[in-house]
Amino acid sequence: MFVSGAPLLAGVLAALGLHFFFGRDALAYPSKLAQDAGIAIILAVSLTLVNGFTGQFSMGHAGFMAIGGYTAAAITYYGSCLMWESPEARGGLLSWALDLERAPIAAWLTSGDLFFIGACLAGGLAAAAAGYLVGLPSLRLRGDYLAIVTLGFGEIVRVLIQTTRPQLTEPAEIAGASIPVLATSLGESLGMSGVPFYTSIFWIYLFVAITLVLTYRIKQSSFGRAFISIREDEIAAEAMGVHATRYKVRAFVISAFFAGIAGALFAHQIGAINAGELGFLKSFEIIIIVVLGGLGSISGAVVAAVVLTIVPEWLREFAQYRMIVYAFLLILIMVLRPQGLFGVREIWDLWGKGRRARAEAPA
Amino acid sequence: MIPPLLEVRDLHVRYGAVAALAGISISVREGEIVTLIGANGAGKSTTLRAVSGLLRPASGSILFAGEEIGGAPPHRIVARGIAHAPEGRGIFANLTVDENLALGAYARKDRAAIAADRERALELFPRLRERPAQNAGTLSGGEQQMLAIARALMARPRLLLLDEPSLGLAPQIVQTIFRILREINAAGTTILLVEQNAHMALEIAHHGYVIEVGKIALRDSAANLAKSDEVRKAYLGG
Repeated sequence: MFVSGAPLLAGVLAALGLHFFFGRDALAYPSKLAQDAGIAIILAVSLTLVNGFTGQFSMGHAGFMAIGGYTAAAITYYGSCLMWESPEARGGLLSWALDLERAPIAAWLTSGDLFFIGACLAGGLAAAAAGYLVGLPSLRLRGDYLAIVTLGFGEIVRVLIQTTRPQLTEPAEIAGASIPVLATSLGESLGMSGVPFYTSIFWIYLFVAITLVLTYRIKQSSFGRAFISIREDEIAAEAMGVHATRYKVRAFVISAFFAGIAGALFAHQIGAINAGELGFLKSFEIIIIVVLGGLGSISGAVVAAVVLTIVPEWLREFAQYRMIVYAFLLILIMVLRPQGLFGVREIWDLWGKGRRARAEAPA
Repeated sequence: MIPPLLEVRDLHVRYGAVAALAGISISVREGEIVTLIGANGAGKSTTLRAVSGLLRPASGSILFAGEEIGGAPPHRIVARGIAHAPEGRGIFANLTVDENLALGAYARKDRAAIAADRERALELFPRLRERPAQNAGTLSGGEQQMLAIARALMARPRLLLLDEPSLGLAPQIVQTIFRILREINAAGTTILLVEQNAHMALEIAHHGYVIEVGKIALRDSAANLAKSDEVRKAYLGG
C-alpha cells in the first residue's frame, strides 16, 4: 500500500552502488562515516514521524534503539553460538568480511545474512511493541508532559538493560541455558560484545531506502495527513474525525520500529552494543538532527543527519575546542533559521517554489 | 410530527468543578438555521463542542436523527453527519488549501463523491479556487474562515456546526460569508450557528436561542427575537 516498487528498487540499486563504492572494508574511515550517516538518517527520519509530522515531542528515541539493538544482538549472538558453535558472522558479499583474505565468500546472501535480517526485523518489532505499550497511556499527555514521560521511558530502558545478567561466553553454558536466561543475559553495564559483524553499507542503505520511501508515502497519503493535522490543530483534527490518540500511537509504533532497526544495525556494525551509550544524550542527538532539518521535513532530516555526522569529524582540527565549535554552529543555525533548514516542507518544494517565482516574475 | 434533526435535552457540561452548561435544551429541525446567541462565556461554544463530541457531557441527552450521540467520540459523530467548524477556525496552517479540504473529507472513502463535493465547495467559495496550493496559514482572515466552512462541508454533513464565523472579520466579508451560509442552507444543510454578532445571526436564522450563564434565557423565532426589547438591549446595541 505505502511501498511502491520503483523508488524502492532505486534504493536497492543505490545501496548496492554505495556498498561497492566504499569497498568492503568496514573499518575504513570513509566507509565508517557513511555507515554512521545512514544509521543517523534512519533514526532522524523515524523520529520525524512523531516529532515532525504528529507534533508530539518524544525524547526517548534512543530507548527504542536500545530495545531493537539488544533484541537483535541477543538473537544473532546466542543464535549463532547455538547453531554454528561460534558467534562469528557468516555473511556473504552483501555483508562485511573483516578478514578479507580469509573470508572471500562467493555467495551474495548466506544463511547468516538471512538470520541477521530476521534479527533486525525482530528488533524492530520488539521496539514497536514497546512503542505501543508506552504510547497507549502516555499519548493522552501533551507537550512537556509527554516529553518528560518519554525521557523517563528511555532512562528506564537503559537502567533495566544495565541490570541484566552478565553475557554468557562459554559455548557449553550457552547451550545449557534456557531461552529466558539467554534473553536476560545481556551483559549488565558492560554491554554485549562479540556480536557478529553483519551490518554493511548495503544493509544500512537498504533500510534507509525503505524508511525514506515509507515515510514519504505516509506524508503524501491521507493516513499521513491525519498525523499532520494533529500537529497543526489537534481539536480541529478531532472535529474532522481524526482519532487523535489512535494516530499518535500509530506514529509512535512506526517510528519505534525503525528506531529498533537502526539499533540492530548499530549493534552489528561495531560488534558491540552498550546501553550506556544509548541514554538521553543519544536521544538529544537525534532530536537535534530533526529540529535542525526542520520539524516535519524528511529531506531536511536526511541532510541534517549527514551534515551532523560529518561536521564533528571535520571539526577534529579544532582539537579540544571541537564540541564548543559544534555547539556554536548549532546555535548559529537556530538563530538564523529557527524553523530548521527546510521547515515542514521538502527540499524540492522549496526549489520548485523558487523556480515558479522566477518564472512568474515579470521579465 | 417529524422529530427534530438535533435534540439536546437538559445538557450539563462541567470543566472540572465549574459548571459550564446547567441544563440546556435546544432542538433543530431539518432544513433550518438555528442560532445560539449570548455573551462571552455564556456556554455557546461549549454546547457545540458537546454536540460534536469534543467534550463529554456530565449529564443530559443529545439525540441526532433520533439516536443518542451524547458522549460518543468525535470520529463517530462526524461519520454520522455532523461537521464542526470550531472557534478560531482551526485551519491547518502549514497545509495547503487542498490538503485542508481533503482532511475535511477524512471520514469518507467515496472518492468520486468527495471530488464532486470539493467542486461544490469551491463553487461556493471562488476565492479558494484561485489558491489550491497556497499554505492555509498565509490566507487572509476571511479566506481562512471560508476554508474552515468549506472544509466542514467536505464531510457532507446533515448538520453543520459553526462557531463564530464572523469573529475578527471586516463587515463586508461577514456579509459575504453569511450570504453563503444561506446558500448552503438552501441547498439542504441544516446549520446550528453560534454567534456574538446577534444582528447578523438573527437575520439569516429561522429560530434562535439566547444563552445566559449556562442556561437558555429565551427561545423564539429569529424574527421575534430580533424585535424583542430584551435582546435589542443586551445584544443588538439598543
